[in-house]
Amino acid sequence: MNWNFIPLALGEAISPTTAAYALATIGLVVHFGFTGLVNFGQAGFMAVGGYAFAITTLKLDWPFPFAVLATIVASVLFAFVLGIPTLRLRADYLSIVTIAAAEIIRLSVKTAEIYDVTGGSTGLNGAADTFQALNPIPPGNYGIGVLRFTAPDLWTMIVGWALVLLACLLVWALMRSPWGRIVKGIREDEDAVRALGKNVFSYKMQALVLGGVLGGLAGALFILPRSLQPDNYGTQLTFFLYTIMLLGGATTIFGPLLGSAIFWVVLSLSDGLLTLGVDAHVLPISSTQQGPIRFIIVGFALMLLVIFRPQGILGKRIEVFFRA
Amino acid sequence: MSELIAGEPAPGVAKRDPILVADHVTRRFGGLTAVDVEHVEIPAHAITALIGPNGAGKTTFFNLLTGFDKPNTGHWTFRGEQLAGVPAFRVARRGMVRTFQLTKALALLSVIDNMLLGASNRAGENFFAALVPAAWRARDAQLTEKADELLRKFRLDTKRDDYAGSLSGGQRKLLEMARALMSDPALVMLDEPMAGVNPALTQSLLRHILELKEQGMTVLFVEHDMHVVREIADWVVVMAEGSVVAEGSPETVMSDPAVIDAYLGAHHGTDLGTVRGRLEVAEGMESELVRSEVEGEAAGDGR
Repeated sequence: MNWNFIPLALGEAISPTTAAYALATIGLVVHFGFTGLVNFGQAGFMAVGGYAFAITTLKLDWPFPFAVLATIVASVLFAFVLGIPTLRLRADYLSIVTIAAAEIIRLSVKTAEIYDVTGGSTGLNGAADTFQALNPIPPGNYGIGVLRFTAPDLWTMIVGWALVLLACLLVWALMRSPWGRIVKGIREDEDAVRALGKNVFSYKMQALVLGGVLGGLAGALFILPRSLQPDNYGTQLTFFLYTIMLLGGATTIFGPLLGSAIFWVVLSLSDGLLTLGVDAHVLPISSTQQGPIRFIIVGFALMLLVIFRPQGILGKRIEVFFRA
Repeated sequence: MSELIAGEPAPGVAKRDPILVADHVTRRFGGLTAVDVEHVEIPAHAITALIGPNGAGKTTFFNLLTGFDKPNTGHWTFRGEQLAGVPAFRVARRGMVRTFQLTKALALLSVIDNMLLGASNRAGENFFAALVPAAWRARDAQLTEKADELLRKFRLDTKRDDYAGSLSGGQRKLLEMARALMSDPALVMLDEPMAGVNPALTQSLLRHILELKEQGMTVLFVEHDMHVVREIADWVVVMAEGSVVAEGSPETVMSDPAVIDAYLGAHHGTDLGTVRGRLEVAEGMESELVRSEVEGEAAGDGR
């Protein structure tokens, strides 16, 4: 029996993909956890960021820093498009519009007429080249035991996690300030905050933009170790991010990091265990059924979590108690 | 109370020193005219009660004046400035702060954070300046001091660091009022401040409202309890079916046949206040007792 999958699964905790999911979830925590904006289209922000980064890099030959800037600008614009018509309305409208907008993005980029720009349903490949050209790490294999990373992997990981920590720092600094007090007040009751002289619409927009930019950057980070595939940005991605958020704690700064790490480790571990079971003919399933079953396990774990620890791993129980 | 008015007492009478003047304010919901106020003036530095039967349009009128709802027609001035069409948050910034009938305590914010939200901290509320604590720390400390003082006054100082969600209904009313005072408003608009408040707190709430007037603020409040109105109001405006049907001092209004007709109706002569009994209870208590009662109530809530 091959037990190598255990260290490999644990290695998932620090992979660039885990970092990308953590970053996108930090954005979602700003929206949902702190401001009370029910954004069901975080995958859309990731798609917008990913496409902005890939198109400016591959089609326009922009250098890396400018492509990052384009990612940010595109996310800001997308936030405005979603926010201007909906943020004055009741909270439900934002969730409907965001889920629809994310799907519109995913389906539109597949249009054959714009194949030259978006790569249609095959997506875009090689967006990470300008980023890897900046890699200062000498080529080689780094790591311990079976857990080994190439120089590009390591570079992506370092930059990715640095970005995640920066985002944590930013959100922490904002949430302890009077600005954070206002957005948390809006989460509790926006009319009360309005009655106290705060421009609620403006603060909701600022929060939507902030979380959206984090989502967009996560989208760019997500395609550094892989090619850009439009179908990666389905509603499933948004719901994974919600899973991660609820797992770590929706109103916590480090919850997304922990949640993302646990999510990927559990997913990978259950895959390894199922493979063992299938190969040894212990489990009455085929290897094609294995993939979906992993998600059944994750879904089940999430159900247990919201029943027995609704505040998430790092959240405070009392917050759930007083939620009206 | 004739020193407040500049004319014969009648609906829409001019005031000597009006802080709020409203003209032709109407609000229709489909076929229903909820508010149709021809002219009304609210006297400055006085306590005005807005009374009327259920569905008279008092809260809708409140919402219109404070920018929470948009009228079909009408305009109004506050301290001489046009206020029609001004969004709610700007209305508050201009010194006209309101509370709500259903108390809006921000449950998952601490009591002190609730208070700090009431005032403005220009630098700290700006996205970029918020990242530099040096830009807002001093102002925050200054506001915290003010907030603590208000909390002591409203006997909420022991709850300072608790979630507002842990307060009892009456304490939330107190918190909402204290929070509104953080911005030093010129006009405080209280929508049913006594609703659901226990007898011990009623007395202290009344005292707080009277104190606001002593500090030079103007108070406009909606209330159903006639004893409360009689006790603290300098002027009473009566609304029925959307319009102002009577105005006057509490004594004259309550003996006005139009009011009795429109409002008191068949219940004329019966005790419309629930507070009289409660006040007698509260009066007999020493402040220490009142305090323990309040705390007992909070503890009894199980939170």
